[in-house]
Amino acid sequence: MTMMSDRQQLSYIASQAADARLNVELETEGMTLNIGPQHPATHGTLRIIARLDGEQVIWAEPVAGYMHRGYEKLTEVRTFPQVTTLINRIDWLGSFANEVPFILAAEKLMEIEAPPRAQVIRTILFELSRIANVSLFLGDLGVQMGAVTPVFLAFRDREYVLNLIEGATGGRFHPNFDRIGGLKDDLPKGWIDETKQVMKKLIGFCDENENLLFGNEIFQSRMRGIGVIPADIAKEYGLSGANLRASGVDYDLRRDQDIALSYDLADWKVWTHPDGDSWARCWIRLQETRESCKIVLQLLDQIPAGPIMTKVPRIIKVPEGEAYVSTENPLGEMGYYVASKGGLGPFRVKIRSASFSNMSITPWVLKGVYVPDIVTILASLYFILGDIDR
Amino acid sequence: MGLIDKGRMPAPLTKLFNISRSYSLWVYQWGLACCAIEMGAAFASPRYDVMRLGVIPLPASPRQADFVCVSGTVTDKMAPAVKRLWEQMPEPKYAISMGSCANCGGPYWDSYSVTKGIDQIIPIDVYVPGCPPRPEALLEGIVLLQQRIKNEDMQAKWQGDPFTTLQATRAAERGELSAGDSTGETTHDISTDPQPIPERNRPEPIVVGGGPIE
Repeated sequence: MTMMSDRQQLSYIASQAADARLNVELETEGMTLNIGPQHPATHGTLRIIARLDGEQVIWAEPVAGYMHRGYEKLTEVRTFPQVTTLINRIDWLGSFANEVPFILAAEKLMEIEAPPRAQVIRTILFELSRIANVSLFLGDLGVQMGAVTPVFLAFRDREYVLNLIEGATGGRFHPNFDRIGGLKDDLPKGWIDETKQVMKKLIGFCDENENLLFGNEIFQSRMRGIGVIPADIAKEYGLSGANLRASGVDYDLRRDQDIALSYDLADWKVWTHPDGDSWARCWIRLQETRESCKIVLQLLDQIPAGPIMTKVPRIIKVPEGEAYVSTENPLGEMGYYVASKGGLGPFRVKIRSASFSNMSITPWVLKGVYVPDIVTILASLYFILGDIDR
Repeated sequence: MGLIDKGRMPAPLTKLFNISRSYSLWVYQWGLACCAIEMGAAFASPRYDVMRLGVIPLPASPRQADFVCVSGTVTDKMAPAVKRLWEQMPEPKYAISMGSCANCGGPYWDSYSVTKGIDQIIPIDVYVPGCPPRPEALLEGIVLLQQRIKNEDMQAKWQGDPFTTLQATRAAERGELSAGDSTGETTHDISTDPQPIPERNRPEPIVVGGGPIE
């Protein structure tokens, strides 16, 4: 147990004392609380077993596997183009973002690269799926604290983004649009103008949400100083994405790695926050939604002319080799380790999903918190259950 | 419900009950995967707004719910929990299976950990195909379920008989029973019966769009 915050250390000692029945001031009895696996407000199934002492959690353990669908095994019996259909559904809120690292890994093995036009459109769709993902998080956040209005706002404005994705790809939820060597189709007529209007609406949604939710006194008192994760603990547990940046670590794969996506064309900022508490994690995501809107608005003016597909054989056979590509997905770092033996399908795919690592910190961060804070901490960590279990 | 205990239920009263039931449905959301987001869009979004159909989402417990909407992939680890919650719901209860995964396994048809079809565990009234179905498809499924409830013969149902529509019962009373209609015994007295109500035979399920359930 290295480098705990003072508050957590105190509560940890207190809980230990209570467990040893030394607390004579108020005799409390231990109790095991089972949370989950299903709750009407969630989309997915995660079970948490918490050992309580009064109102305080002294031990908590997540039980994953209720959504395990066997992706890594299923990819072994699919061909390369068929795999994208499956992996859309890992993180179901940002579907397009799931396809990109796998396609990039396959392209790396085949030693081809998508044309510049396809790369820019990929980046735009990537950011649109991030906006669709995080806007639902911003709405869902209110529900966890009993505020119902933000979820209506989020679903209202999320529909605009889904309509855009549907207009470009044909799929409202699971686009399955990325191909090895490019994209399936070009953008439809009038899509760029419509996207510009929607992005302005979404920036308005962020302002509205900031005033309504983040400025709310109850929200702040339930979020500030709760669930603090210091930077070194966050690194030890392999957190990524906004959870890591909220602990003050300036790390964003979109900026920090040289990848075949056009983030360098846009002028944007990686937000960090020094606090590392629940509020910081939510605030970082709000700022990132704004930044994504800005990235999309800038890239829309810079889409180059040209083809959207390089020359690839009709039947795709990926040469023998191994490749690992990871990108900054809405939830954090998502990577695919693809091993090919020269056949039609991958020999083995290892999926590094962000939520699994982000969830692994729950036993540490839930130790010593109070029961109502469990919900807000889990909400602020923001994992998607399909992304945990795969 | 003394009328029902005596084994007679006047048809106008049945119709009144059925209309009341079909427009005050409490839905228990069993959101498991991707489809849960589309279910959430149908239930919580101002664009689709399920409450105008007389459906109230988010009851506190399955014991208050009239129908359950199973949306998403049911895994073998999750299946006992689905079964347990279904058993906690009071009769009359209905089930909507939303999405290909809940219908038949969907894209995970050859997976080792996915239950291929929720209908192996609980009886399903309406299948909504799609991966995931649009919110409009779920709304159509709910409307079809309401039409089924409106035509249901409550007396036959509460006596544990197979699913019967009001029209079929009336035709049987007039002696016009054709070979295809199933009405069951109407003289059965439930108040003196020591046996629990048997699991009624479910009717042919409705499939939104009329096609195969994939």
